[in-house]
Amino acid sequence: MIIAVASGKGGTGKTTVAVNLALSIDAVLLDCDVEEPNCNIFLKKDLKDIEDVTLDVPVINFKKCNFCGKCSEFCEYNALAVTKENVLVFKELCHGCGGCKLVCPEDAITYEKRKIGEVAGDGSFYQGKLNIGEAMATPVVSAVKKKIDRRKDTVIDAPPGASCPVIESVSKSDYCILVTEPTPFGLSDLRIAVEVLEKLGIPYGIVINRDGIGNEKVEEYCKENNIPILMKIPYERKIAELYSRGVPFTLEMPEWKERFRKLYEAIR
Amino acid sequence: MRQLTVISGKGGTGKTTLTGAFAALAEGAVIADCDVDAPDLHLILHPEIKEEKKFSGMKLASINHEKCINCRKCYENCKFDAITDDLRVNELKCEGCGVCVYVCPVNAVEFKERDSGILYISETRFGPMVHARLNIGEETSGKLVSLVRSTAREIAEKRKKDLIIIDGSPGIGCPVIASLTDSDLALIVTEPTLSGLHDLKRVYDVSKHFGIKTMVCINKYDINRENSEKIEKFCMENGIEIAGEIPYDPDFTKAMIEEKTIIEYNDNPLVREIWEKIKEVMQSLS
Repeated sequence: MIIAVASGKGGTGKTTVAVNLALSIDAVLLDCDVEEPNCNIFLKKDLKDIEDVTLDVPVINFKKCNFCGKCSEFCEYNALAVTKENVLVFKELCHGCGGCKLVCPEDAITYEKRKIGEVAGDGSFYQGKLNIGEAMATPVVSAVKKKIDRRKDTVIDAPPGASCPVIESVSKSDYCILVTEPTPFGLSDLRIAVEVLEKLGIPYGIVINRDGIGNEKVEEYCKENNIPILMKIPYERKIAELYSRGVPFTLEMPEWKERFRKLYEAIR
Repeated sequence: MRQLTVISGKGGTGKTTLTGAFAALAEGAVIADCDVDAPDLHLILHPEIKEEKKFSGMKLASINHEKCINCRKCYENCKFDAITDDLRVNELKCEGCGVCVYVCPVNAVEFKERDSGILYISETRFGPMVHARLNIGEETSGKLVSLVRSTAREIAEKRKKDLIIIDGSPGIGCPVIASLTDSDLALIVTEPTLSGLHDLKRVYDVSKHFGIKTMVCINKYDINRENSEKIEKFCMENGIEIAGEIPYDPDFTKAMIEEKTIIEYNDNPLVREIWEKIKEVMQSLS
C-alpha cells in the first residue's frame, strides 16, 4: 500500500507522522519534500546510494545555427533568446521539453544534462534534494517516486502547498493522510489540501497534530464533510522536545507505535 | 522604495504571524501575500477585495479526437508523461510546452490559455494588499508570485508608499525564488528544532545565492535552548544579524483564532522591538 502524508500548510507535522508511521509499520519511506527534506534528521541514515537528477538543456552548435529564432519563438518558458549573432540559453528556465530541437531547421541543437538535484537512499529510505538556486522541484520528486516498489508498503512525505510538486508526490497513492493543526491557518490550508485530493480521487483522512492548542473548527469541518479523523496527537512538551532533537517520538513513547499500527489497519 | 520578504525554509515557523504584525506596525506599507499555494495572511488582515484579475500561466494542450488519427506522436514526444495511453491530456501533468501541438501531423491538438488562478488587489486596515489564489495543482506558482510582487510594486509607486512587505512561502524552489526577487532584505523566521536549523541553512544559501541581505528571527526559542544556541552560532559564523528571539507564547495562537495581528491582540513588545531593528537595518541599506 502506498500512503502519502500531505498537509497544505507547512509545519503541521507531516514529517513527524510520515517517519513515525513508517517506523511503526516497517514501511519504505520516501522523502518527497525535496526543497527541505527533513526525514533523515530523524532517521540519521548514511545514504550511500546517490543518483543525480538531471534535465536535458539545449546546447547550440554555432557552426550550424543561422539565428533564425524559431527555437526562441517556440519556447514557452522564455529559456532561449536569439539575437543577430548569438543565442542565449537561460538554463534555469528550461523545462527540458525538447521542443527547440524539434523546431530547429538547421539541426543545430543538442542536449546536455544539467544536474538540478539528487536522490539518495538505502533500500528502506530514499530522499530527494533540490540544489540551491534551482526552481523546479517536480523532476526531483518524480525521481524519488521511481523508487516505489509496489510489493512493499511505502510512506511518502510530501511537500507543503497545493501546486505541482505536491500533486506529483501524492498522485497514484492508495491513501493520503492530511496532517493539520487546530487553528484558522490549519483549517484554511486543510480545505485546500482536501480540494487537491478530491481532484485526484485519492481517499483521505485527517491527523490533527498539536491537538488542544486552538479551537474546534477543524473537527467540526471534518464532521460536516464526513472526513475521518484518524488520530489526534496532543500538544505535549515531550513530543515537541523530541521533535526538536530529531528523535521520532514513537521510539521514546512506544504506546504510540501501537496507535500508528492501528491507524494503518484502519486505512488499509 | 524598500522590499522586505519574510521566508523560512521550513513551514509553520511563524512567517504569516510576523508579516501580519509588521503590516500593523509599518503604517501604510503595501502588503503582498506571495504564498499563493496556501495563503493565510488574509485570515488576519481581512482584505476587502477591490479588483480581481484572472491569471493564466502556462497554456494547456487538448486533443480533438475527431481529428486524431492515433499516430501517437504526441505520446512519444511528451517529456512530462502528460499524454495518457488512450491519448488524452492529463491536465495536472501538462506543462504547456507545445511539443504535442508541433508534432501532430493533423492539427488535432489545441493549445489554449489555461485558467491558473486569480490575483486580488485589496484594501486592509493597514493599507493596500495584493494577494492571489493559485488553482489546485498548477505548475506556475513562480509566475503568479512574480505577478503579485510586481503588482505590489506598481501600487507602491502609484500611491507613494516606500515599503513593500512580502509574506513568502515555505521551501527553497520556484515561489521562494520569485518572492525574493528585488528584495532589499530577507527575514528568515526559524525555530530551534533540528529541522528548523537544517531548513534555515538551505534557505539562507538561496538568499545568499541571489545576493540578498538576510536577517534571522528565532521563534519559540525556549522550546530547545541548545538548538537556539546552534542557530545563533550559525548566524554569527555567517555574519547574519539576529532580528530577535521570541519565546513560545500561546497568545500568538489566541490572536490567530481571534483573527487579529499579535500587535492588536496584546501589543507584543518583543515583536515591536524586532520591527524597529528591521526598520533600522532597512534604512541603513544603500
